[in-house]
Amino acid sequence: MEKVDRRVFLKIASLSLFGLSAGGLFEIVNPEDFKNNITSLKKLKAKRWAMAIDLTIINDGIIKNCINKCHFIHNVPNMGDKQHEIKWIWLEKYSTVFNEGDKNFNLTTLYKNKNIPVLCNHCDNPPCVRVCPTKATFKRDDGIVVMDMHRCIGCRFCMAACPYGSRSFNWTDPRPYIVKINKEYPTREKGVVEKCDFCMERLDKGEMPVCVEESEGTISFGDIGNKNSEIYNILSKRSFLRRKESLGSRPQVFYLI
Amino acid sequence: MYDKNKILAALLIGMAIILLPFWLNIGKRDKLTEPKLSEKAKLAKRCILPKGEIRSTHQALLVEWRDLAVREGQRFYYSKYNDKNFEISLENTCMDCHSNKKDFCDECHSYAGLTGGVLPNCWNCHNEPEE
Repeated sequence: MEKVDRRVFLKIASLSLFGLSAGGLFEIVNPEDFKNNITSLKKLKAKRWAMAIDLTIINDGIIKNCINKCHFIHNVPNMGDKQHEIKWIWLEKYSTVFNEGDKNFNLTTLYKNKNIPVLCNHCDNPPCVRVCPTKATFKRDDGIVVMDMHRCIGCRFCMAACPYGSRSFNWTDPRPYIVKINKEYPTREKGVVEKCDFCMERLDKGEMPVCVEESEGTISFGDIGNKNSEIYNILSKRSFLRRKESLGSRPQVFYLI
Repeated sequence: MYDKNKILAALLIGMAIILLPFWLNIGKRDKLTEPKLSEKAKLAKRCILPKGEIRSTHQALLVEWRDLAVREGQRFYYSKYNDKNFEISLENTCMDCHSNKKDFCDECHSYAGLTGGVLPNCWNCHNEPEE
């Protein structure tokens, strides 16, 4: 065996001391203490959340109420400038929303003057999730495509990937552009992307999404993974459209026609 | 000793330079900070964790809460110490009680920030309570 001289002894002793102190770093908090404390009171659960917007009865007035309420609750700023615009739910012309129709026959004539509410489609195969380098955008077990603002580095890959333009980037600090800040919900800061998250914070506390509540029954929301749910029933009886279905992103916002 | 005078003079100057900061700061110790509790926090008596624990581990608790709320969709937290459920929210739970951010959070953060850089960026997005 190697002779333990002073040098070797000191090396081993200092290494062991370092090891002891490093161990201490991890003992500050035991994550299990927190995990055991989780309670899931009131939470609305689903296999797969989905939304159905009834185009036959929805009108601009209702949609504008939804937009205002949504943008107020989530502190969405009104940037004024179209280039810096930030939106979670907004209006678009039919021909822009559904541009895959047949040249000779499509529903454009029928819905020519109709404004269509558009929002994040919470795709089942979301391209934004696939490209996000930090996993800031991810799909929850119940299908909602969520953004973790704490992780977003503002690379905007997701914006390039989203075929629906559902995402907006904060080019400047949004706070000065929020008319009245809702103190119960955080704002965003310069350099992050944002979008609709199906009001996941409300669902987790037992409330329905704001736009559904404000829609006077024209927007249905529910668990499409449950065959006894209302939305499953509606979709099995009615005709519906989904945006850019040929891309294979499998949107979960259905437009009833 | 050769060059006795030179060596002693250099030693003296060296010592003076080393001791100068201590000399200049005699009797000028920074005021120790003590976060002040708001009325609501005083009345509540118990925080989510015992005083010592919440003081030393609130950062870790907040990070854990962030992940529970955003990534796992858990919005309620049961505190054994308080035997109560709390909504997992910086704005609606922590700052609801500790509504005096300037005298509570900033008191320590800015003190420590002078040397260690404890400058949390929570409030870039999360709303500060109105004071």
